[in-house]
Amino acid sequence: MAHAANDSYYVPHGSHWPLVGSVGLFTMLAGAANWLNGSSIGVYMLAIGALTIIYMVFGWFGTVIRESEAGIYNDDVDISFRMGMMWFIFSEIMFFAVFFGVLFYARTISIPWLGGDSNNFFTNTLLWENFTAEWPTNGPGNMGGEFEPMPPWPLPTLNTIILLTSGATITAAHHAIKAGHRSLLTTFLGLTWVLGFIFMACQAYEYYEAYAHLNLTLSSGMYGATFFMLTGFHGLHVTIGAIILLVIWLRCLKGHFTPEHHFGFEAAAWYWHFVDVVWLGLYIFVYWL
Amino acid sequence: MSEAVSHDSHHDDHGPAKGLTRWLFTTNHKDIGTLYLIFSLIMFFTGGAMALIIRAELFQPGLQFVDPHFFNQLTTMHALLMVFGAVMPAFVGLANWLLPMMIGAPDMALPRMNNWSFWILPFAFAMLISTLFMQGGGPAGGWTLYPPLVLQTGDAFPFMIFAIHLMGISSIMGSINVIVTILNMRAPGMTLLKMPLFVWTWLITAYLLLAVMPVLAGAVTMLLTDKYFGTSFFLGAGGGDPVLFQHIFWFFGHPEVYIMILPAFGVVSQIIPTFARKPLFGYEAMVYATATIAFLSFIVWAHHMFTSGMPIAGQMFFMFATMLIAIPTAVKVFNWTATMWRGEMTFETPMLFAVAFVILFTIGGFSGLMLAIVPADYQYHDTYFVVAHFHYVLVPGAVFSIMAATYYWLPKWTGKMYNETLGKTHFWLSMIGVNVLFFPQHFLGLAGMPRRIPDYAIQFADFNMVSSIGALIFGFSQLFFVWVIIDCVRNGKQATSQVWEGAEGLEWTLPSPAPYHSFETAPEIK
Ligand code: HEM
Ligand SMILES: [Cu+2]
Repeated sequence: MAHAANDSYYVPHGSHWPLVGSVGLFTMLAGAANWLNGSSIGVYMLAIGALTIIYMVFGWFGTVIRESEAGIYNDDVDISFRMGMMWFIFSEIMFFAVFFGVLFYARTISIPWLGGDSNNFFTNTLLWENFTAEWPTNGPGNMGGEFEPMPPWPLPTLNTIILLTSGATITAAHHAIKAGHRSLLTTFLGLTWVLGFIFMACQAYEYYEAYAHLNLTLSSGMYGATFFMLTGFHGLHVTIGAIILLVIWLRCLKGHFTPEHHFGFEAAAWYWHFVDVVWLGLYIFVYWL
Repeated sequence: MSEAVSHDSHHDDHGPAKGLTRWLFTTNHKDIGTLYLIFSLIMFFTGGAMALIIRAELFQPGLQFVDPHFFNQLTTMHALLMVFGAVMPAFVGLANWLLPMMIGAPDMALPRMNNWSFWILPFAFAMLISTLFMQGGGPAGGWTLYPPLVLQTGDAFPFMIFAIHLMGISSIMGSINVIVTILNMRAPGMTLLKMPLFVWTWLITAYLLLAVMPVLAGAVTMLLTDKYFGTSFFLGAGGGDPVLFQHIFWFFGHPEVYIMILPAFGVVSQIIPTFARKPLFGYEAMVYATATIAFLSFIVWAHHMFTSGMPIAGQMFFMFATMLIAIPTAVKVFNWTATMWRGEMTFETPMLFAVAFVILFTIGGFSGLMLAIVPADYQYHDTYFVVAHFHYVLVPGAVFSIMAATYYWLPKWTGKMYNETLGKTHFWLSMIGVNVLFFPQHFLGLAGMPRRIPDYAIQFADFNMVSSIGALIFGFSQLFFVWVIIDCVRNGKQATSQVWEGAEGLEWTLPSPAPYHSFETAPEIK
């Protein structure tokens, strides 16, 4: 990432990676749709599509990394990448906002209304006579059968500590990269992604507990739906984030990045902090309140 | 597709690649802009063909050509194709072509991602259109995808959901590119308040897209899990609520309608000053009005749901918030009019479309205000009045602005002048056709004809027939559009770089056709 050799904005020549990506996405999603429709080829298409996407990610990012290491990106390109990442995270925030919105709507509007609140006396008396609004609930239809909600202690609290610690270790790694302490950098960054995967292991165990012992499933009405949707999409993002951190760590081991130029690292760190903050929202609104 | 790392990034010497790979692998904003525009035109004709079948069926009462289930598929697909396939990609195509030229940049900020934004679309629409041939037919519950009805879709269901996901991915990447290009690639001296209005409106549109496309993605994901994974987001028995879907959909949907009109405002704000030979009246007011409209668009969504059940206080809030939008919108209409006032006006084709836009869009704005009044909407909702309203803002609104833009910048893109007589013929046929097509639908709606039905009571016959005749005129006159473009490319006279006498802006300082890489070195901004 030496400073750009010449100072004009780098406009790449044609690239075949986007098209590979489109074919991959199409194959994967068409496969998923076929699978949902009960067709036997669906799973294979899905797998082929996913592999194509992974191939594309390697190829595309590989090209960008080579270009970056060769020093052909000037400061303006760097700024473009930064802005691009920030606006991407903004769109991700909006994505999570939907599911939080659903949770708040259910708890403050739809469930009280089913219980006869506001002007919904008749909804309650005529449709769901024995239903009293409460949370957690699987709804007046007792969807999925009796269940127990997921307690905030011990696993979720442990996970909160794990994730907050990983937020601290990545900040330490950031200080190290800026100070040029390569060994500290790789230690702290290594710790961060390991913590990320530990978090995921705990989360997987929690899901196992939910299904095996609490009868808490995706079908457990609004509680089950919001619980799994929010924690599931968050977990997906943690997994992606941890993989990104792992890749950045490998790049650090190979000697990439300088104290001045390490956008790849910073982008991964931003993403990690974003995932962290979302978790805090989850911890408070899904597990606690 | 050579990605030689060492190559010099000054490539004045180098033009487009040869053959098909030029289009498949291109990272050039003009190539990608062209791809978007051609794709949009194809979708416009595909969606248009569906509309013509709809209007043929409605030409007379009774069932003539299609069965009701297929009719519902047509209305659903027509809307999805026009909204996501024709109007939005057309504006992204214009953004690609014009933004770098208008702000003095060599290209878009993230050229490879730019390619991907486009090349997702053909796959997305192939997936969507293919659903028409599946077991149970295509989606038929309306483009608004309301559950529980939409959950009855057959095999098409997951394909439709995933196609929408793909369109969302494409839009999000496209918007990130637009925002970053505008914020980071402006020539030195091009301050924010010197940017042409088209640039401003696209900046705000891209922001809206980034804010609401993920919301749509979330909404359709929940439809998917409700159908296949046992969740009960939109199911009362589980504590969910089908009305919740409407809230989420319209939280996306209302900003979405502004996504389709703000760039149109930008186009018209470029064209009117050129042919009135006066600078735009109230430039800054236009910028602030655009920002205000964008802000308000987030707090009016439930005006689509007045009849769905909502506390009175909610209805009041959404009614007044909606009416507030009339203020910044009126600022815009006023400023366009004031720009023309005492101007030395000439009426070339782009100007004709732009003036028609101002008048006809305003009609759509007025019917919108009528719909915003809660007690009146109880009567109008889900009638042809709503259909008339949104077609007035979308067809002689958004679509006319796209046509105006095409005529206006075509000489810059191709280096050739189009045939003015043909252009004007296209305009007048469209202008007459569109009004004959949509104006009677106001009367039908006020008289109570519901929307989305293949058959109707006998008293609606006359206006439906008139409307269908208008559809025929409008639909077939679009063939002129294609003819004008082909004729321009084949036989057009060489255009000057200035093209229009009164035109101002950086794009007119470039030769016609504009060079493959727009501004290799940043221009001087006074
Ligand atoms: C002055 C500004 C506007 C106001 C006050 C307004 C108001 C409304 C209202 C109240 C409705 C709901 C009617 C009903 O379903 O009962 C509606 C529907 C609609 N509007 Fe507007 N509108 C305005 C501008 C626009 C613009 C600029 C566009 C698009 C370019 C647009 C597109 C639509 C569409 C597509 C629908 C129907 C959606 C559907 O149900 O399928 N509107 N409008
Ligand atoms: Cu609206």
